[in-house]
Amino acid sequence: MDIPISLTVNGKSVTKTVDSRTLLVQYLREQLQLTGTHVGCDTAQCGACTVHMNGRAIKSCSILAAQVQGSQITTIEGLAKNGELHPMQAAFRECHGLQCGFCTPGMVMSAVQLLADNPKASEEEIREALDGNICRCTGYHNIVKSIQFCQSGQTPTAV
Amino acid sequence: MGNMNEPFDPSKSPIGQSVRRREDRRFITGNANYTDDVVLQGQTFGVFLRSPHAHARIRSIDLAAAKAAPGVVDIITGAELADAKVGGLPCGWLIHSKDGTPMKEPAHPVLAQGKVRHVGDQVALIVAETLLQAKDAAELVVVDYEELPAVIDLSAADSTGTSVHDDVSDNTCYDWGHGDKAAVDAAFAKAAKVTKLSFVNNRLIPNAIEPRAANAAYNRSDESYTLYVANQNPHVERLLMCAFVLGLPESKVRVIAPDVGGGFGSKIFLYPEDVALVWASKRVGRPIKWTAERSESFLTDAHGRDHVSTAELAMDQDGNFLALRVKTIANMGAYLSTFASAVPTILYATLLAGQYKTPAIYAEVKAVFTNTAPVDAYRGAGRPEATYLVERIVEQAARDMKMDPAEIRKKNFITTFPYATPVGLTYDVGGYAAHLDKAMELADVKGFPARKAASAAKGKKRGLGYACYIEACGIAPSNIAGALGARAGLFEAGEVRVHPTGTVTVFTGSHSHGQGHETTFAQVVAARLGIPVGNVEIVHGDTGRVPFGMGTYGSRSLAVGGTAIVKAVDKVIAKGKKIAAHLLEAADSDIEFENGEFKVAGTDKKIAWGNVSLTAYVPHNFPLDKLEPGLNENAFYDPTNFTYPAGSYICEVEVDSDTGKVKIEQFVAVDDFGNIVNPMIVEGQVHGGIAQGLGQAMMEACAYDPESGQLVTGSYMDYAMPRAIDIPSFKIATTNTPCSHNPLGVKGCGEAGAIGSPPAYINALTDALGVVDLAMPATPERVWRAANGLPA
Repeated sequence: MDIPISLTVNGKSVTKTVDSRTLLVQYLREQLQLTGTHVGCDTAQCGACTVHMNGRAIKSCSILAAQVQGSQITTIEGLAKNGELHPMQAAFRECHGLQCGFCTPGMVMSAVQLLADNPKASEEEIREALDGNICRCTGYHNIVKSIQFCQSGQTPTAV
Repeated sequence: MGNMNEPFDPSKSPIGQSVRRREDRRFITGNANYTDDVVLQGQTFGVFLRSPHAHARIRSIDLAAAKAAPGVVDIITGAELADAKVGGLPCGWLIHSKDGTPMKEPAHPVLAQGKVRHVGDQVALIVAETLLQAKDAAELVVVDYEELPAVIDLSAADSTGTSVHDDVSDNTCYDWGHGDKAAVDAAFAKAAKVTKLSFVNNRLIPNAIEPRAANAAYNRSDESYTLYVANQNPHVERLLMCAFVLGLPESKVRVIAPDVGGGFGSKIFLYPEDVALVWASKRVGRPIKWTAERSESFLTDAHGRDHVSTAELAMDQDGNFLALRVKTIANMGAYLSTFASAVPTILYATLLAGQYKTPAIYAEVKAVFTNTAPVDAYRGAGRPEATYLVERIVEQAARDMKMDPAEIRKKNFITTFPYATPVGLTYDVGGYAAHLDKAMELADVKGFPARKAASAAKGKKRGLGYACYIEACGIAPSNIAGALGARAGLFEAGEVRVHPTGTVTVFTGSHSHGQGHETTFAQVVAARLGIPVGNVEIVHGDTGRVPFGMGTYGSRSLAVGGTAIVKAVDKVIAKGKKIAAHLLEAADSDIEFENGEFKVAGTDKKIAWGNVSLTAYVPHNFPLDKLEPGLNENAFYDPTNFTYPAGSYICEVEVDSDTGKVKIEQFVAVDDFGNIVNPMIVEGQVHGGIAQGLGQAMMEACAYDPESGQLVTGSYMDYAMPRAIDIPSFKIATTNTPCSHNPLGVKGCGEAGAIGSPPAYINALTDALGVVDLAMPATPERVWRAANGLPA
């Protein structure tokens, strides 16, 4: 059954008619061409699909588009403002917190939530809080450093 | 190693600086372009119907209901491919058994031909207008299977009485031997002490976070194909597919591996899905996209490791190693994947000398087929298995000899180079004591007894473990590899295209799926040409743009691919000198090139890089009688030897005997990668490698039900992937003996961490517990059992 879905994505109102089985992540990727949000598993474990719904990090693979009717969604594409990277994005680049980049959008969206919830998180707390995001490349060392860099408020190097 | 916190200083050579990655911007803003992000005009979607059984005969396939389902465009089974004479998938390395017979190469069909041989084996391709329609239709296909007994246990595969392939009755692919058996037997006969251990090198599932994906399109106007595919070596994919399976001219096939979300070996191979999609794209007349679900990745990505081995080390009374004897059974899975046969032979037994001057080594390797997913190269590929075996038995030998584990290693280290091992390799350079000493200092080994006592006072057990690994990277040279059975070349290609304004596009045959070529390779070229890093673009992953290439695996990108680029850059400089000589009215031989300027030696006459490049394309004042216009050079580089990265890792753990919980107190890695271009990127490779190795040692294991052959670790709920909380922060450093046979002096860093960390961890754990062995993965239950004297 096809149903119309209306929501606000990265500040813009959108309405699309889709199969009622459509997941939010499919809606974002296939209907809105917002392909920065990725699918890395089918059991809500890897976190590559993490977006913000009404200001909270959620896994967009585990929710139907129909369930987020009327919500405010922010994806990785909506994080930078006016061409300025979000400090967490800049920190990941500064600290080499990404390699293949596939888990990165979800990791960054989760990390933003993590510091919103616990701005002074310790290394242990950061590692605990990343439980829902799997990275196979970095060994997490530089992801933790990136989040700590963001916490510190330091300015990234230009090049 | 350089400090990654230092900002990039453009006034200095970019070599050795932690230039921040140029590719990152698209990754952190959601603008990357992975295969599943590609949507083509008229896109259709493919779903593969897969076997639910480990081993079964297909009696019939009824497609009637599925073909009538909404949105279905086409359904293809093995019958259509057989009618079209589509070949099977080739194996890229021929191994001969001890008796001289070639390995058994049973057919590896693109879609099942009458039988399925592992859970997940592909039976049909369903193509529909939408993915959901394709999935719905797949549910309507009725396959009548006659279940057959499955061969799962690799130790018994050669004697089970059931055959995975009718033409390989004992399931044995080959029974290979390497080394001097007589010398080893003689050394054992006079040994004062023999240490013996048995190992299982646990089977792993690679799990790049981007699942495999492909999107194939046929162009009717020029009868060509384009395949987007998540792959580590698009030219090899094209070569194998065209020459061995589909019989297409390469000129009509373009393979593009765009942004690829991790590989770790699993995306080297030519997979049946890629071939089926390419073939079907012509029949359907529209592009077909398939992206693996994670459960499909678990079932069908080539798995890694899966060895069962025994090893014996013979020593004299002083702990000098006399000989090593190894017997290994290696699992090939149901079919021979692209490089499967080389992993437990050429990439394994040749590394059994490790860093030691053991004079005699002999290994026997039996490779068997089972009703499980194919097994092939996974980060390290053979070298982790060799290192695990050597470093575990050396640690145990120290315990047996009541010697310090660092001392027994130093006593047996190779100290003079070049050194020819008894297993066929010649190490060009190394400095093994230097990295061991540095690691011991970083780990404060002197303070360990006090830390152990402090743990004991808390009721905890503390242990320290070493691993001194060596690996062979940048596999080479092609003629030697060919003599050893390789069916492919192992060179790399590069093209350096200088544009009129002096900016440069570099085309490399190696491929980045996280390694950061766009930054590192640009640093190499910028340094050599004396131009800003930002003026160099790196292009990879497209057979339509890059002249040729063998791709990225075996930590070969910079050592082999980088060298090809350097050779092309040097040709550019040589031509630039001739142009400059003309412009400066000097002899060619008087021109020097330095910091982006061509100079007449001994004078102040000079001309800038940009003037020469412009002159090459606006050749008004140009020696047209002697020189072609343009500034665009190709190079192919075939290495003269492997490179030999080596290092020393120290792991320190504290064990809670009541719970089996292990805390990694510290993990120290000191690697000798030769010269380093970008320390930040190298550190990242080491971190990721160590985490993967610790995953193998601590928690990861692929498990099949021994009766049914069902994969019981088929999701992230069942297969334990390391998460941030499972992994410590690392202490890492480097030493440097530059590689002697490539102009960059580089060795390769991509696999080291995954090679060195498993034995370091298990050596630490067995030291803490006072046990001889603990099977990987050392789960809390296994640790708890060992800590409490219970049977494993």
